[in-house]
Amino acid sequence: MNCRSQTLELTVEARQIEETVLAVLHTVLLHRSSGKFHYKKEGTYSIGTVGTEDVDCDFVDCTYVRVSSDELDRTLRRSVGEFKDALRNSGSDGSGQISLEFYQKKKSRWPFSDECIPWEVWAFKLNVVNLANEQERQICREKVGEKLGEKIINIIEVMNRHEYLPKMPTQSEVDNVFDTGLRDVQPYLYKISYQITDSLGTSVSTTMRRLIKDTLAL
Amino acid sequence: MDGELTLQDKKDLDKFIKFFALKTVQVIVQARLGEKICTRSSSSPTGSDWFNLAIKDIPEVTHEAKKALAGQLPGIGRSMCVEISLKTSEGDSMELETWCLEMNEKCDKEIKVSYTVYNRLSLLLKSLLAITRVTPAYKLSRKQGHDYVILYRIYFGEVQLNGLGEGFQTVRVGMVGTPVGTITLSCAYRTNLAFMSGRQLERTPPIMGIIIDHFVDRPYSGSSPLHPCNYRATGEDDAGTFPSVEDSQEVCTTSFSTSPPSQCVFTVSKTHFQTPRPVVMDTLKVPLLGLTFTNQMIVPSKEGGIPVLPLHPAPGTQADHDRMPLCNLTDMNQHVAATPSSSGETELLSKSSEGKSGTPQDTLETTFTRKVGAFVNKPTNQVIAANMDLPFAVFASKIVESEDTDVMVNPPDSPTLESPLHASLHSDQSSGSSGLTQDEFVMVELKPAFSKDDFLPMDLGTFYREFQNPPQLSSLSIDISAQSMAEDLDSLPEKLAIYEKNMEEFDAFVDTLQ
Repeated sequence: MNCRSQTLELTVEARQIEETVLAVLHTVLLHRSSGKFHYKKEGTYSIGTVGTEDVDCDFVDCTYVRVSSDELDRTLRRSVGEFKDALRNSGSDGSGQISLEFYQKKKSRWPFSDECIPWEVWAFKLNVVNLANEQERQICREKVGEKLGEKIINIIEVMNRHEYLPKMPTQSEVDNVFDTGLRDVQPYLYKISYQITDSLGTSVSTTMRRLIKDTLAL
Repeated sequence: MDGELTLQDKKDLDKFIKFFALKTVQVIVQARLGEKICTRSSSSPTGSDWFNLAIKDIPEVTHEAKKALAGQLPGIGRSMCVEISLKTSEGDSMELETWCLEMNEKCDKEIKVSYTVYNRLSLLLKSLLAITRVTPAYKLSRKQGHDYVILYRIYFGEVQLNGLGEGFQTVRVGMVGTPVGTITLSCAYRTNLAFMSGRQLERTPPIMGIIIDHFVDRPYSGSSPLHPCNYRATGEDDAGTFPSVEDSQEVCTTSFSTSPPSQCVFTVSKTHFQTPRPVVMDTLKVPLLGLTFTNQMIVPSKEGGIPVLPLHPAPGTQADHDRMPLCNLTDMNQHVAATPSSSGETELLSKSSEGKSGTPQDTLETTFTRKVGAFVNKPTNQVIAANMDLPFAVFASKIVESEDTDVMVNPPDSPTLESPLHASLHSDQSSGSSGLTQDEFVMVELKPAFSKDDFLPMDLGTFYREFQNPPQLSSLSIDISAQSMAEDLDSLPEKLAIYEKNMEEFDAFVDTLQ
């Protein structure tokens, strides 16, 4: 099975990193989250309800919609915060890429560990610029807001192509497809990683690849 | 398995399309209310959340949608459209966008109705939720208030895009194939914001460029008669409120099967559903109070529901009358409270509130949060120079929003006025002038090349006024100068003696200079 990959790119100011990345990640996860499954007898299951919440950005002229799940929001903010710090520490005018990967677990026989098979990857590349004065920042705020809106439309367009999705699992296999650790919603299994490129365009000596989600839940 | 639709599948599909259409209208209208929306996730299925999404149902909106559908379903050649428009306080109106739910002839016979179609419709609703916050009308709707309101109109039939002006853009939200056709949801939105009447509306940012005199005659001063609607919005009698629609609300109880597709189980039970309006309203109290329009009256309903009450609810032809306003009572009251000269309007609002709702306080309660827009009065953030006795007090406490280029801000007040807001916003506003007596100029949006966003964030006008009358230098005061003169005279003989003593030294110094 081929993993489909989408790349989005945006040029932002340093203080806009967090909000733009969260907007993109939340928009993707809104479409890739389901209500909690409740399995019944006879192989049937019912699905819980997903709530949504509007989020106004402070440094970008944009509002995005996220799933109403504080746990999910905290998890994303933690990883986005790390990405933002790494990007800022790499120096001014750098760039970085944060990736959101959806995967399925495939059980392997002992002694092999479970395999993680990605089926969709979203890569969001950010180019960071520094602006000289408040007027430029105001213009940037509006322009990035427009561009972010375009990215959201791009995401929606891809989502509605109705391409491959893992088939609904049985109760015993639900943890191979979904992240069942949250209390209120159930996103597909995902992991977030990032990579920083300094202003010279070369990878930093230690390419940081931080896995936020632990794939093994033994 | 043959490609023909079973009776049960057909029934389910019709139900899905119907409730999808209703939920689509709810999402669009709620996104244009001007407030942030927040609904809760629930791990347990409630049975009343179609498509597993927590989308509240505003009863009036549902009623309007059902009325427009008139028992039909969106189908091939029969589109359901939601038109969003803007209407200013002067009566100018402009269509902003049209959302179209259509169906084309491309069928997907193999698709499973009770599972795949349902889930894809759910995904499409999520996309609609996201995209309604991205189109240009969203920002306009968040800033609606005194100067303009956002209206909606639902119609069924042929799509009408003529009112969107030239160069309108179209964005497709998504498509879902079904055995009877492909459902498509799209939005056509205006890009040219020039008013039909010739008034110019700058596009980016759409609000900032409007030069509307803040002190125009109140358009809602009671000149237009207030007509009650021909049906009550909510509150009286659930069963009898909307007699033209089904008496029961269908509950969606979904259960899916992990067995092979042929054994998909999907039950939709039709129960007599006592609409839990109090529950809904607890979490979604959206008191909408539109401004008084000609031939329309908008009142807050008893439970704070949407008071969308056109006088002539004839669909299609009289577009203006059919348009429903979307505005927030809370903001209106906040705004009105800050402008005392609008007492007439306040009275109007409170009277209508008292008349129609037993507990006005309840109707004002809302879970929405709102960012104040450019044209809404911001009483807490006004810098009133008049209250600052110290000439440099303005440096000490100044609340300035960096994006505050509000053309409509109350002009800065002269230092002598104690309550400048009251003085400047006098009730005689017929002239449309600034209303200030002492200051001759009106605050306009200035972007000077200097004195802008320096380390002292202060706008040019305030700076200029503050420094027009600086305090007198202490050294120039008469008392001090008189004292120093007397002292000088006394010390003069001593100084002369010293100078004579050191005369040779002074002469040598002068020689060095030559």
